[in-house]
Amino acid sequence: MPRTVVCPTLTRLTVPRLTATHLTAPRLTLPVPVRHREQVPHVSASTTAPPGGRRRRPPLLLLLPAALVLIPLVAYPIYQLGLLSVLDFGQAQASGGVPTSFVGFGNYATILADEQFWTVLLQTVGFAAFCVVATLAVGATLAVLLTKVGRWPRLLLTTAAVAAWAAPAMTGSTVWSFLFDTNLGLVNHTLERIGLSGFHEFNWFYDKWTAFLIVGAVVVWHSFPFVMVTLYAGIRAIPEEVMEAAALDGAGTWTTFRRITAPMLRPILTIVVIQSVIWDFKVFTQIYVMTEGGGIAGQNLVLNVYAYQKAFASSQYGLGAAIGVIMLLILVVPTVLYIRGLRRTGNEL
Amino acid sequence: MRPIGRTAVAAVLAAGCLAATACAPGTASSAGGRAGDDRTGTLQVWLYNEAGNAAKEAVIAKAVSEFHSSHQGVTVNVSYIDTDASARAAKMKGAFNDPNSAPDLVEFGNTDLPGYVAAGGLAEIGADLDAWKDKGDLDPAIARTAVVDGRTYGLPWWVGVRALYYRTDLFAEAGLTPPTSYAELVTATRKIHAAHPDTFGIAVGGKYTFGALPFVWDAGGDIAAKDGATKDGAAKDGAAKDGAAFKAALDSPASQAGIRRYTDLFGADGCPAQQCADLTGGKTVDLFAAGKSAMAILLNSNRGKVEAGAAKGRYGVVPLPGEKPGSVAPAFAGGNNLGVMKAARHRTLAVEFAELLASPAYQEQMYDAMGNLPTLRSVSGKVAAKDPFLKPFTDTIAAGTRFVPLHQAWAQIDAQAVIPTMLQQVVTGKADVAKASGDAAAQIDAAFAGH
Repeated sequence: MPRTVVCPTLTRLTVPRLTATHLTAPRLTLPVPVRHREQVPHVSASTTAPPGGRRRRPPLLLLLPAALVLIPLVAYPIYQLGLLSVLDFGQAQASGGVPTSFVGFGNYATILADEQFWTVLLQTVGFAAFCVVATLAVGATLAVLLTKVGRWPRLLLTTAAVAAWAAPAMTGSTVWSFLFDTNLGLVNHTLERIGLSGFHEFNWFYDKWTAFLIVGAVVVWHSFPFVMVTLYAGIRAIPEEVMEAAALDGAGTWTTFRRITAPMLRPILTIVVIQSVIWDFKVFTQIYVMTEGGGIAGQNLVLNVYAYQKAFASSQYGLGAAIGVIMLLILVVPTVLYIRGLRRTGNEL
Repeated sequence: MRPIGRTAVAAVLAAGCLAATACAPGTASSAGGRAGDDRTGTLQVWLYNEAGNAAKEAVIAKAVSEFHSSHQGVTVNVSYIDTDASARAAKMKGAFNDPNSAPDLVEFGNTDLPGYVAAGGLAEIGADLDAWKDKGDLDPAIARTAVVDGRTYGLPWWVGVRALYYRTDLFAEAGLTPPTSYAELVTATRKIHAAHPDTFGIAVGGKYTFGALPFVWDAGGDIAAKDGATKDGAAKDGAAKDGAAFKAALDSPASQAGIRRYTDLFGADGCPAQQCADLTGGKTVDLFAAGKSAMAILLNSNRGKVEAGAAKGRYGVVPLPGEKPGSVAPAFAGGNNLGVMKAARHRTLAVEFAELLASPAYQEQMYDAMGNLPTLRSVSGKVAAKDPFLKPFTDTIAAGTRFVPLHQAWAQIDAQAVIPTMLQQVVTGKADVAKASGDAAAQIDAAFAGH
């Protein structure tokens, strides 16, 4: 396209819009879907209160309804969790057969001294990282695809994705287990049919890595629709004129993505990543169901399942609470980042 | 403004903490406080809801009407509770934590006993049972499964034992007789697998604890043994200890030999590790019933399932052979007891009803209805004479059965899958027997130390 022709339009559009400041700090306000209500911590009044002592009281009052809900539902359970974690508290103590005793950091020492805990922690981090990257890759690709295809394919894809999203983790995991069943699974049957005889009665859950791969795929299957829908909404919210202006400026697909789409999506992307981190770090159902409680010799344990097997299944509530506290502390990091991400998008808390 | 804001927040937090400390973790009031010995009223009974429960309910209904006619002003109310492990654990915990909703008499799995005793949920009924006319008829090894630290907390109602099911057609074809020693068993797997490459020599599972334990016991090993010496601090709190403390024995040379014998069965001829490392006992039943394996270590009550499968009419049962030719590997004496709750309001009535259910007449009827093996020796002989299928099982009981450590740590050892993890590590080659059994022993010792 000859540049001279579009020059008048260009100046009219780009001067007010495509300035450097607009690109690096887009004033884009989007509704941010919140999957985990409980992950939103209560921010103390002082951080959000405007300067000037006189205006302090109303914000405090305004926080009261939230506090009424959050203190009994979040703060009190966390307090109880902390309290339990310093007690020797099992079934015998719960039913009054044995007096409760204070063990200080004994439960924590037990866990931190357990070699398996460190293996499982490392495994959990690795597994969560894999799931986050895969979820994002699949979700983002499909989100971009959604913007490119026509109405019917889009409707079909969205419906399919939302159906996967809506499937309860338990149901999804069970159905996928059937598909990968050693003796009767459709996958082995199909692979054998197309001539791969090595898959005759192949046990996908025998090897640690194939087991993690299958479970990871199911986790991604469950969580990519959220990423896809959120990013799709984000892409659609980028003003048409900006894209048009870029096109008129001669920007190609890659430049448009790098200079416009990516920076404008960054806040949403940050939130999606952090939510996925929190989500995938806490995976329980898929591992528990598909690997029957943590895999052969516990090879597929992740932190949540480990806590359950180690403590709750044998009614060692004190020990389980200590693992819970450790997980809480680990997850505080992405949560704080999440809050900061939220605020950057303009959603003041 | 900030300091004031912080002070306000701190004050709210402090007040919240003060309020919260008033609600430390809930602990039930002592169950004994509510107990009573009323001789009239409604006797609440919880029994397990088992597969084919209608037959059981019919027998129980008879016992209830007999009890009604001999006890004026008494109504027996029987509820059938979910037998699924976590569901029944939740139900029992509920009963312990809220004595007001606890029944008088409960049926429970005998491995659950030490945990229930430690929780203070069950009443000691040793003195009551001394007066029971059938007490002397109880199989002594099975009677011990209701005793924790010298006190009796239950009445063994029925047992289920495992023996070796084998395919008569495959054995005849290979010119084999049923194995009478471990060596013969291994030879049989080899011969049959060679002739039928798609058939497993024997169905075993990496999660099949009670399939593995007979090999360990037969080799002279055990999960844990009572240490003769009294250990300092062993008796500080928790359940009453009788001095000697349990110590893990799974890593002893004898136990290791037994573990090796079991895990050696996961080779190409027996049950290939790829297929069998993650199998539970229940899955081995399916394999044998489907005709996929030539042998399996199954319960007497698995007969129905085998009869319903491809193996129907083509199988026989012998006691699981030990290492020594002609010996029987000790079986695990799994079964159910009847116990009186500590919070029971009708203690004597509960004991009397339990004695009625466990009486020879009702044990025999329970066998006819459910296939559960009797705990009374006289009834055992009688049903074996009536049904030749039972002979290998009653022979196995007569040869002496074994049990898990009667200590509340067992619940933890079981829940943490210590033994399956050990077996799976060996079977998958992640660790050798010495390392895996050493790790398991350390975990078992930790569980004992924690209680």
